[in-house]
Amino acid sequence: MRKLKLVMVGNGMAGVRTLEELRKIAPELYDITVFGAEPHPNYNRILLSPVLAGEMTIQDIILNDLQWYADNDITLHLGSKVTEIDRKRRSVVATGKDGERIVVDYDRLLIATGSTPFVLPIPGKDLPGVISYRDIKDTDEMIAAAATYKHAVVIGAGLLGLEAANGLALRGMDVTVVHIADWIMERQLDRTAGRMLQSALEAKGMRFKMNAQTAELVKGESGRVCAIKFKDGETLPADLVCMAAGIRPNVELAEKAGIYCNRGIVVNDTLQTYDPRIYAVGECANHRGTAYGLVAPLFEQAKVCANHLAMFGIGRYQGSVTSTKLKVTGIDVFSAGDFSGAEGTEDIVLHDPGMGVYKRLVLKGDRLVGAVLYGDTKDGAWYFQLLKDEQDIGDIRDHLVFGNAHLGDVGHKGNSLAASMPDSAEVCGCNGVCKGSIVKAIQEHGLFSLDDVRKHTKASSSCGSCTGLVEQILASTIGGAYQPADSKNKALCGCTDHSHGDVRKAIKDHKLLSVTEAQRFLEWKTPNGCATCRPALNYYCISTWPHEATDDPQSRFINERAHANIQKDGTYSVVPRMWGGLTTPNELRAIADAAEKYKVPTVKVTGGQRIDLLGVKKEDLPAMWADFAAAGMCSGHAYGKSLRTVKTCVGSEHCRFGTQRSMDLGVKLEKMLFGMWSPHKVKLAVSGCPRNCAESGIKDIGVIGVDSGYELYIGGNGGIKTEVAQFFCKVQDDDEVMEYGGAFIQLYREEGFYLERTCHYLERVGMEHIKQHVLEDAGKRKALYEKLRFALQNYKDPWAEIFEDKSGGELKRNFELIKV
Amino acid sequence: MSNWKRICAAAEVPVLGARVVESEAHGRIAVFRNADDEVFAVHDKCPHKAGPLSQGIVHGRTVTCPLHSWKIQLEDGQAVAPDVGCVKHFPVKVENGEIFLDL
Repeated sequence: MRKLKLVMVGNGMAGVRTLEELRKIAPELYDITVFGAEPHPNYNRILLSPVLAGEMTIQDIILNDLQWYADNDITLHLGSKVTEIDRKRRSVVATGKDGERIVVDYDRLLIATGSTPFVLPIPGKDLPGVISYRDIKDTDEMIAAAATYKHAVVIGAGLLGLEAANGLALRGMDVTVVHIADWIMERQLDRTAGRMLQSALEAKGMRFKMNAQTAELVKGESGRVCAIKFKDGETLPADLVCMAAGIRPNVELAEKAGIYCNRGIVVNDTLQTYDPRIYAVGECANHRGTAYGLVAPLFEQAKVCANHLAMFGIGRYQGSVTSTKLKVTGIDVFSAGDFSGAEGTEDIVLHDPGMGVYKRLVLKGDRLVGAVLYGDTKDGAWYFQLLKDEQDIGDIRDHLVFGNAHLGDVGHKGNSLAASMPDSAEVCGCNGVCKGSIVKAIQEHGLFSLDDVRKHTKASSSCGSCTGLVEQILASTIGGAYQPADSKNKALCGCTDHSHGDVRKAIKDHKLLSVTEAQRFLEWKTPNGCATCRPALNYYCISTWPHEATDDPQSRFINERAHANIQKDGTYSVVPRMWGGLTTPNELRAIADAAEKYKVPTVKVTGGQRIDLLGVKKEDLPAMWADFAAAGMCSGHAYGKSLRTVKTCVGSEHCRFGTQRSMDLGVKLEKMLFGMWSPHKVKLAVSGCPRNCAESGIKDIGVIGVDSGYELYIGGNGGIKTEVAQFFCKVQDDDEVMEYGGAFIQLYREEGFYLERTCHYLERVGMEHIKQHVLEDAGKRKALYEKLRFALQNYKDPWAEIFEDKSGGELKRNFELIKV
Repeated sequence: MSNWKRICAAAEVPVLGARVVESEAHGRIAVFRNADDEVFAVHDKCPHKAGPLSQGIVHGRTVTCPLHSWKIQLEDGQAVAPDVGCVKHFPVKVENGEIFLDL
């Protein structure tokens, strides 16, 4: 079959990203030709500021080198200007770099011509020394001017203007920024934050002239610009004038070809123009009335556009919420959403001039709609996520302005300001990745998303507690190009576009009973999924359809297949269950005997009140389990996304302060939940009095005995991010603890996403939701509790299943070595 | 010169799973079987931190190491990008339902 011809006009970030996406999903569909007016391959325009500031070089910011175009079979015409689109013949006409005429036919045309700087229509605008700030050529010219001349004037105090001014100042020029409005960056900042930023920049040596209307640029004796004259009569010396007063979508070519334009080339939700064979992406396109000037939305457009060019026809672009971050070293400014203070909005403001901190959050009802941060931007990514997800913040409104907290409580104290961290500071404690390596990877590989950074550096890919910090580093390195992941509709993994929520719903609605059935029904893109989605699918099937779904051992992580914990050297650890942390001389003897018999190198008491035998060979597991079973012990599930332990204090059985029989209740709860698989591990604790020796405050369900009954707490976590359990309800007796606690756990089992702990689940659905299902409606509560008991009935100790092996050797075989 | 050794019946390796072979000359070798009944054999040591690949989750022609989730291609032992590394792979054949390794 003849390949279709795709021609792209413009060789910038939005267009090339579209091609990258297209090559990923439909590598063979098109012959591609690209025209770029600049003599450079695709580079990261956002990073021109660090180049101007002398922090990076042009080489550093190239995103796709010439080899990339060659590798992807893309014909590239650099330094070539497209002069005409002939829509009847479906061809474009260009003037090549040596003046030759190039004509190329197309089946599909992609216009990605970006924008052009707005040049003030004033006398002297064409003088030498008057430039705009858009591309590598402008940047080179500014660098050259800074070496020879002294006085620079930047017109426009937006993001671009301030970054230009900062760069010129760092190169030794005497810089004045002139601005027409009352305060700087008025599109992104409110007045107070703008003033604070201005003072900080003044402290760095920049000068400002506000409310300034430029009248004329004055020609000097050499023919070059020498001064700038304002309408109020004032004159300032200027050897270099940089116009950064805004950008306009570059629509000249499209307009000439008769394609409908209105402040940009007008496109629909699939990035198609009024001519269905012609698409437009990036700064030149006007989508629902907005032409975006930041990179993040352009990448979203690229993804949708590629999907339609590939003829998949799925996905719509529905506009973006944007955020900005000023890339001036040492100054932290962040803004996102709408903070104009429209009707029906309320402000939460925290302003500490002494510390140089200003935070303003704009709320509409229970939703965050805008945020401006100055001085302390570490929560920018978090606010932006709340804003994008339109999350209900009613519950956290009282402490919202103090931020949170994607940051863990452990290991990052005092290291939360990404911009001011030295390159040598360790960010990811699990994988030993420091800030410098992350920044380097982002720049060298042109990374834009958290997932990309994780893949390349491993930072935040293990325990995830440094995720917030990595996001900040990403945001401060690439500025406005940063876009947090869409956490609501995030695909489960690369094997599918469906989210956890979609998958759970489909398995329930269509009664899908196995991993393969679910994959077939949901049209999985890979033959057998991957190590991320298979365990999730398996859990969703077995938790939704207990006793009916097929539990696939090969879709479980090794620990749940081997019923023991794999260790770094490939040996395993074995933890027999001790109900409620109670044991007997007989059990201890059996453990001691096993430790000797199987030459166990390490025996350790765990935090869950039992004993861990570490360093057991896989081949020895079934025999060791049989020995334990002979002493009446079974699996402790210390390896599973399942019930771990119920920790107990001594309680009123022995303790002089105890008010309730905590050991007793602990054993009952542990027996009730034995063999329960859940989205993530589940830990309980029962304390006999408010002294809380069993640490109920950091458990998924914590029970605290009081004289009149029990208090129940839920959603606690003692791990990566210490989370104090929230008070849930007060109940009368043991039976009620089991019913209310069991109902909550069942709700979590039915609604939780795989690998989501109860604290994260609670944060996602809100306490109100859980109260509605468990507290307010006795019928729902009893139904949930019944479903839990039904799911867990007839569960057999998995260790016994294996060493007894009723299959005739098949189960045991997987533990044996084959010797040759 | 090839030195084919019989390992076990193919049916004795679980689909999308592996068995571990201990060879005096080569140490531990992981023998995999995928959903298409293809059989592969690689050294049971992840190039990253020597994790036992045999214990990983198998998908397509790839296994994910159980220790730190590196993905290793089973037909050539190469790590999937952006990770870089390689584990030795062994010639393997199935005849009359029996697996043979060239050791």
